[in-house]
Amino acid sequence: MGQQPHYLGRHNPEITLGQKLWQLNWGMIVLICMIASIGLGMLYSAANASFDPWASRQAVRFAIGFVLMITVALVDIRFWFRVSYLFYFGALILLVGVEVMGSVGMGAQRWIDLKFIQLQPSELMKVAIVFALARYFHGVSQEDIGRITFLIIPLVMVFAPSVLVLRQPDLGTTGMLVMASGAVFFCAGVRLWKFAVVMASGLAAIPIGWQFLHTYQKNRVLIFLNPEQDPLGTGYHIHQSKIAFGSGGVFGKGFLQGSQSHLNFLPEKQTDFIFTMLAEEFGMVGGLVLLSLYVLLMVYGLAISLRSRNQFGRLLAIGLTFNLFLYVFINIAMIMGLVPVVGVPLPLISYGGTVMLTVMVGLGLVMSVWLHRDIKISRHGVHDE
Amino acid sequence: MPMVHEDQDRHKGFTRRILMLSCGKAALLSALVGRMYYLQVIEAEKYKTLAEDNRVNLRLLPPRRGNILDRFGVEVANNQQNFRVVVVKEQTPDLMATLDALSKLIKLSEHDYKRILRDVKRKRGFVPVTVKDNLSWDQVSSIEVNSADLPGASIEVGETRFYPYGANMSHILGYVAAVSEKELTGDPLLELPGFRIGKSGIEKYHDSDMRGQAGTSEFEVNAYGRVIRELARNEGGSGREMILTVDAGLQTFVQQRLMSELSAASVVIDIQNGDVLAMGSVPGYDPSAFNLGLSNKQWNGLINNPYTPLSNKAIAGTYAPGSTFKMVVALAAMKEGIGAFSHTAYCPGFMKLGNARFHCWKRGGHGTVNLIEGLQHSCDIYFYDVARRIGVDKIAEMANKFGLGEKVGIDLPGERSGVIPTKAWKEANIGEPWQGGETLVTSIGQGFVLATPLQLGVMTARIASGGKKVIPRLARGYREGEKTVAYPVPEFEDLGIPPEHMKMIYQGMDAVSNNPRGTAYKYRIKDEGWELAGKTGTAQVRRITLAERQAGIFKNEDLPWRRRDHGLFVAYAPVDNPRYACAVIVEHGGGSKSAAPIARDILQETQRRDPARTPAVPLEQSAEITNLVGES
Repeated sequence: MGQQPHYLGRHNPEITLGQKLWQLNWGMIVLICMIASIGLGMLYSAANASFDPWASRQAVRFAIGFVLMITVALVDIRFWFRVSYLFYFGALILLVGVEVMGSVGMGAQRWIDLKFIQLQPSELMKVAIVFALARYFHGVSQEDIGRITFLIIPLVMVFAPSVLVLRQPDLGTTGMLVMASGAVFFCAGVRLWKFAVVMASGLAAIPIGWQFLHTYQKNRVLIFLNPEQDPLGTGYHIHQSKIAFGSGGVFGKGFLQGSQSHLNFLPEKQTDFIFTMLAEEFGMVGGLVLLSLYVLLMVYGLAISLRSRNQFGRLLAIGLTFNLFLYVFINIAMIMGLVPVVGVPLPLISYGGTVMLTVMVGLGLVMSVWLHRDIKISRHGVHDE
Repeated sequence: MPMVHEDQDRHKGFTRRILMLSCGKAALLSALVGRMYYLQVIEAEKYKTLAEDNRVNLRLLPPRRGNILDRFGVEVANNQQNFRVVVVKEQTPDLMATLDALSKLIKLSEHDYKRILRDVKRKRGFVPVTVKDNLSWDQVSSIEVNSADLPGASIEVGETRFYPYGANMSHILGYVAAVSEKELTGDPLLELPGFRIGKSGIEKYHDSDMRGQAGTSEFEVNAYGRVIRELARNEGGSGREMILTVDAGLQTFVQQRLMSELSAASVVIDIQNGDVLAMGSVPGYDPSAFNLGLSNKQWNGLINNPYTPLSNKAIAGTYAPGSTFKMVVALAAMKEGIGAFSHTAYCPGFMKLGNARFHCWKRGGHGTVNLIEGLQHSCDIYFYDVARRIGVDKIAEMANKFGLGEKVGIDLPGERSGVIPTKAWKEANIGEPWQGGETLVTSIGQGFVLATPLQLGVMTARIASGGKKVIPRLARGYREGEKTVAYPVPEFEDLGIPPEHMKMIYQGMDAVSNNPRGTAYKYRIKDEGWELAGKTGTAQVRRITLAERQAGIFKNEDLPWRRRDHGLFVAYAPVDNPRYACAVIVEHGGGSKSAAPIARDILQETQRRDPARTPAVPLEQSAEITNLVGES
């Protein structure tokens, strides 16, 4: 079979490691490197023209993440298919672990201290949930998807980690988990009216949910609804972020010239608000360039999911791409005051280890889908061709 | 192959769903781009301004307050460097160690420590905190020498108002002190910590002139308020240097001479231009003390002092002028046609009006006296007689012309107007009709009549100038950089007194001092050409009882200070060609004999120094008269 020439984009699914390396999606890799370079540049600027303390460490993380991404991409997708539930349960156990023994940071239990890395299981879960759902829906026939009984298991799969993350409490990650899962459900072919029902009941539940929010979370929402209120108190961050953003203008103030960032008016400029700093120093032009790079990356993801010949690969690619979209959209919308401040970082750019690794593992998986796009996987995971 | 068929179906549905999802994403991303456009293009200017506001802090630089010079250019108020040691917490490895080391050099009290530590806690780590103010030069140099052992401590230089003449000029100059809540006008300069404004005297009256223009310094600051760098600096402008009419040397003499008494005041005026050459008020106070901050004890000592050191008695003390008022009565009488020589009165020592007896100061009486003799002997009966004929309102009319009963308009805050009663005045203020006897009492400057020493000085100047409406002033002009500006002296209005009337007054006043039978002959100036002409006055502060009068042994010296008579003396010199007018009041001095020798000494010293004829600081006459009157 290996001698068959490829035509119409179809080629022999069984290829060697060398061929895999050759066929790696180099365009995507170039995009990823470009985005990460921009990130390193901004971290250099955030530290007032210094590689310490952020840019150098982030570069090391990117290097590790890069190797990990390529490795993940080269691993056969059937392997990923087999370990997907394992991966999910592993992440779930870690989430429970956070609940039990997690250390308290930033007023929320999010990390497990593994000494060499502060592990954030909720970040891992963003990949794991897509993994598990893709595997599940791969095994469900078109007819069965129409039946409500077949939706119970995936709903439980989403519900369990969501509740755990919500308890941490981490509203942003919960939202991302639910929305990314929703995207997988949607692409798997779940009927539209079911989404309508879920959304309607979700809206109805808002007044009840409000009671369970922490004061700081309520404040964030209130500040979002009325940003000019209390610009020196709770609304300080978003107010200063908008000033930094708007004052950048069309072309920006120039690299290392952002007064809001360098005079520390801008909070968290190395993590959640790093796009603000970019917009201040490079203006709308800089912001649009970075946004376009992300969009291109997402287009690659979409194209890969469309080209995959197995449902697992399609759902995995689309779910992970949607995850990337959520990161980018929520982060940028947040710093521009379009959505409440929820603490979602900008992928490949914001300073932070776990996010960098999970995002790159996710991209590695998307590439794996590409490399193994013609492999067929039976409904129950047995290779049949 | 059903499997493949199903997968193709699935793929079709999948593609449709992906398309829908992508449309959703595209819509959301467009919203982001729209928001970026809104913030960075439409609202960009607004946010640029806000970012600049964040980044740039404007700090006001306090201007240098203008000095005050006397008429010859001698500094009577200036700014002295004030050294203070400050500590910056960030620059000290151990704050307590630095403070303990400093304490060995400049002695810090328990209280100082508390205040410093409180300030350090309250302010950010890079803000200097004052450890001690007003260091002596020795302390400054010892700190400089030991600077290696004092990490974080440094010397800063500020400015403090200093008055070299101290209490000798306190009432003219006034003082400066921190701005009070009430005085805030919205001018940010006034809100600067440590900024001081004039609170009284020239410092207050000409405050806006001397204050100058605030400079500005634009700083770039970070979110914590730390100064990163200075962007621009505008030095502003120093205040104007005020040039006074006062001769600091004469002023010192006057104040020192007055200090032979417990409480007294005096003015010396150049009758040609109204220049106040000296204005004394005893006791004085040290105006520099206000700048350094008074302790409660010092302040209470000042306000509870029975001799009221804080009050400028020359303009704010009102006294019955006593017999010094008689020139005005005499002029009013002549105006009403009473001849100086043709009209005489017989003085048996008293005058009867209805059932009441009005006494002359001299028990036996003066016999028959005319106007000149009336002045020379200060015969009360003569003035009772003419006053009864012309009535109180004619006297008041003349008194007003000579500056009594209204403010004369000196450029000092707190001047009082005194009282010249009329029939209408009594109706309005006391609600009772005028009594005939009150006209008699008024004619000898008693009763309701009240005047300030400045008013009496002005009255004398107007007499000595031949009936010109002399207006006194304390500021000659100012200097601003290279430019000098003189406040113009107006052509004084003529009061319309016939010269022959003035001549009678001159003869009378000359006789008071230079006729051996005059009341102040004893206190004349003997130097030829410097002779003075004056008028004595004694103001009772209580009614003399009949019993005392009959006993005839009533001596002021036997009374407690508060109940003794005020002593007054007004004079001009030289007698032939008058130039200087002077008034002296000694509170409870026991009679004019307390005031007359002081006035003589002052006029003698004035003519010896002759400040009016000595070249003063040259000032260019300005065309505009806008600054003739400063703010009040």
